[in-house]
Amino acid sequence: MKAFLTRRYMFSASHRLHSDAMSEQENVTAYGKCNNPHGHGHNYALEVTVGGPVDQRTGMICNLTDLDAFIQREILDRFDLQNLNMLPDFAELVPTTENLSVVIHDIVHRGFKSAHLEKVRIEETMMNSFEYPGSEDLRK
Amino acid sequence: MVYLTRKAEFSASHYYHNPDFTPEENLRVFGKCANPNGHGHNYTLEVTVKGEVDPRSGFVVDLKQLKETMHREVLDVLDHRFLNKEVPEFLTRIPTTENLAIAIWQRLAPKLSAAQLHRVRVYETPDLFVDFYGEA
Repeated sequence: MKAFLTRRYMFSASHRLHSDAMSEQENVTAYGKCNNPHGHGHNYALEVTVGGPVDQRTGMICNLTDLDAFIQREILDRFDLQNLNMLPDFAELVPTTENLSVVIHDIVHRGFKSAHLEKVRIEETMMNSFEYPGSEDLRK
Repeated sequence: MVYLTRKAEFSASHYYHNPDFTPEENLRVFGKCANPNGHGHNYTLEVTVKGEVDPRSGFVVDLKQLKETMHREVLDVLDHRFLNKEVPEFLTRIPTTENLAIAIWQRLAPKLSAAQLHRVRVYETPDLFVDFYGEA
């Protein structure tokens, strides 16, 4: 009886999209307003989906309090109300929401052992969202 | 193949308790949800069916029939009920959102003829939902 549970979290952070591998003009062309030098912020909505058999002793895939505690400690405490460009995760990575999805997936996949991580989804604004289900190897 | 999703809402109360656990274990595993007097949610149910579009009607499924089936098989049974005490499945199973999604699937799947059930999604709150795609 495999089921999938999705939990939604909110955090707010600022970022600037800028790649050192491109010229100033290329950065403006690629990133437009998102390249403004002082950065800007978003209220991000993060959805974490885990999957697995439902334990009939508890009726649960995993205990939600374990997932909440992990996400609070490892994700929200790390990213909420921060400038993403200043964090070690983005020292050499442009903090697009694509890359943020991959970074968060990696942290949850490596650290959360109570259930299998199926997918990370992030809404940057109400109008756009990004999903990362992990690499082929991870999904096996 | 086209997928169609119909939404519905119901309100119900529940609590989490495993009679095989000690009172301490129930409290440790289920926390506030173990309060035997129960608590309630406004649930949102999304039922997704799939099928080919009938060239005569342009429908995957007759929405009116789907709505009636959802009402008869699910909403009339769950809405404004204490799940642990009034819904047969939950006399023996814990009414978590996971088990609720499975129970709704088991109620609906055999009753849908025109289109095939693809997914049952149950929102317990806007920030928590469970998806069930059947046994496979």
